[in-house]
Amino acid sequence: MSALSAVGLYKIFGRRAREALRRLQAGASIDEVRPLGITAAVVDASFEAQPGEIFVVMGLSGSGKSTLIRMLNGLLEPTAGHVYVDGKDVAALDTRELRRLRRDHMSMVFQHFALLPHRTVLENAGYALKIREVDKATRDAKARESLSMVGLDGWEDRLPQQLSGGMKQRVGLARALAAETPIMLMDEAFSALDPLIRREMQDQLLELQSRLEKTIIFITHDLNEAMRLGDRIAVMRAGQIVQIGTGEEILQDPANDYVAQFVQDVDRTRVLTAASVMEPAKAVVIDTEGPRAVLRQMRQEQVHSAFVVSRDRKLRGTIRDDAAQAVVGRGGDGLREALNTKPATVGADALLADVFAPSAESPLPVAVVDEDHRLLGVIPRATLLGAMASLVTAEPDGAAGAGPDGTAGSGQPPGPDGAEDRAEPDPMFEVQRGSASGAMPGGSSGGGV
Amino acid sequence: MEELIGRELPVDEWADTIFDWLDENLNPLWTFIREVLGGAYNLLGDALNALPSLAVIAALGLLALLVRGWVFGLVATLSLLLIDWIGMWENTMLTLSMVTVACVVAALIAIPVGIAAARSQTVSSLLKPVLDFMQTMPALLYVLLAVLIFSVGVVPGIVATIIFAMPPGIRLTELGIRQVDKEVVEAGYAFGSSPAKILRQVQLPLAMPTIMAGINQVIMLALAMVVLAGMVGGPGLGQVVLASLSRLDIGLGIEAGLSVVILAIYLDRVTGALGSRSRIARLEKAA
Repeated sequence: MSALSAVGLYKIFGRRAREALRRLQAGASIDEVRPLGITAAVVDASFEAQPGEIFVVMGLSGSGKSTLIRMLNGLLEPTAGHVYVDGKDVAALDTRELRRLRRDHMSMVFQHFALLPHRTVLENAGYALKIREVDKATRDAKARESLSMVGLDGWEDRLPQQLSGGMKQRVGLARALAAETPIMLMDEAFSALDPLIRREMQDQLLELQSRLEKTIIFITHDLNEAMRLGDRIAVMRAGQIVQIGTGEEILQDPANDYVAQFVQDVDRTRVLTAASVMEPAKAVVIDTEGPRAVLRQMRQEQVHSAFVVSRDRKLRGTIRDDAAQAVVGRGGDGLREALNTKPATVGADALLADVFAPSAESPLPVAVVDEDHRLLGVIPRATLLGAMASLVTAEPDGAAGAGPDGTAGSGQPPGPDGAEDRAEPDPMFEVQRGSASGAMPGGSSGGGV
Repeated sequence: MEELIGRELPVDEWADTIFDWLDENLNPLWTFIREVLGGAYNLLGDALNALPSLAVIAALGLLALLVRGWVFGLVATLSLLLIDWIGMWENTMLTLSMVTVACVVAALIAIPVGIAAARSQTVSSLLKPVLDFMQTMPALLYVLLAVLIFSVGVVPGIVATIIFAMPPGIRLTELGIRQVDKEVVEAGYAFGSSPAKILRQVQLPLAMPTIMAGINQVIMLALAMVVLAGMVGGPGLGQVVLASLSRLDIGLGIEAGLSVVILAIYLDRVTGALGSRSRIARLEKAA
């Protein structure tokens, strides 16, 4: 069950809102109803946020995202549509029930912090509990605990104005955490902070979220922030949600030109993962094979080195042809002493930005491994640069696939269009897959993905 | 207009009719007001004059010292001693009692009305012309009206003072509450607070400096009404000023006037200091 869902939400401001709503629901465009003198802030917005997910709503100012978030906790009443929280329709609640829902189910973090200037940091952090009439001892204890979670130990007795912007927002965050609600609404929570502090706060939020697993609805106009934080992102434009998907889905398969244009400046190396660009390892040998067999394979593949894995595909290391030759010269038959046991590796969900350093330091392609250190694929330096280059052009139809696919003439249909099958390597690498699986000893399944 | 219609619009007659109706039909209300205001005034005035003047001066001087520091405390004490020395003490205490009663009642009405105006645009729009009317209508008329209802004495003076002095209290209360950061109020709602709690925990504390500035204005306007109140039999410095006028005794007039000025400055500084001593006001100053 979703933690929070919105179904066909509309918010129209103006005297003739009802009439505008009727016409919009009948299929009129926003431009057509504008002459009615109304403002259509949110138009037919629907989404579901899953428990424990950070759901980001992203859009430029005026796109209706702040209006949308205020309908979620009933600060604004929708013109039409429903919001379901904990199985209840927020719009149908009376004042008392709505107040209880806000106390028990959703807390909020504000863009300009919204702290009480005449109350101490501790009192501010315990504000939600004070509203609930929790006794002072419990309130203070919980407030201290949540302040410590955001790293504000020792600041309890200060007043908000003695704090920097980042620290103020930590108090805002602590206040929401102390409320212990399963849902947190964050309205441009980090937008008023300077970039370095913003980055720090994002890290802190992610770290907290990994422990607390709340359902977070995060509003932002900053695409990089959305990509960094969001498990899923809803892109809003002129009151409408134009696309919902993961950061990678939105980057690689934008729903329309607007989204494509919007995402073209995103730092993709911070969104795309190693798994999405890796290719099958070309030369892989099993560690029980002898050096002669290994050398023969390298000759076939025309490579100077190979990855060495165990029978269950766990990466043992790499071996160079000269080292294998030396073993043969000494008359040995084990690969072990010739292994480089510390190859450059990254996890499957490592961001491309984090692949550069290992790639630069390693003469071999960077190995992509899973949690059990099993070899999933490799990222040669050329692939990394190629991925970057194709990203820069950012053609929605996937320029990365078209060129190489045509020239190679592999007869394979063009790769699936990103979104559903991201784990699949680009068609560019399909050609190589054939030879790679040939190199797989023991007929182990090709691809490695 | 009179030439066109043929007769003058009889606003005066209407006003008389309304006034007569009010006078006759709301008698219990008038009696109640008379009893409360008159009673409070007598109690306070008698108490202040029953105490030795030096004791009262010491107390007021100490208050001045506490709220603003020793320089103001010293100057206040010396000024109050001067009033006593020129023989105006008793009348000054009567005036202080009258002003105090009027201001307390004015504040008790102004603050809730100001809050209502801040919460409802309708109330605010309806109130605006009423407040304009109250502030610009010649104050003498209130005195006249009050005398017709309450007959001469201290009560009509207090009533007229309340009406004349109240508007800035209402306006600044409304302004103060409207000025409170919208996001902070929204945070209250978002965490499930009730409007009454938000008023108590957020809006009133944050609006306090502005509300206090309003109360300060109320006190200043009340002091400006002292002489008018004296005209209808309100005791105190106002009557001394009028007496000096009728006897062309400029010396006496100056003594009374000086006492009013000292009282006014004292009250202004003390209430001003009280307003700026709130946590919020100090925060705003520091920011």
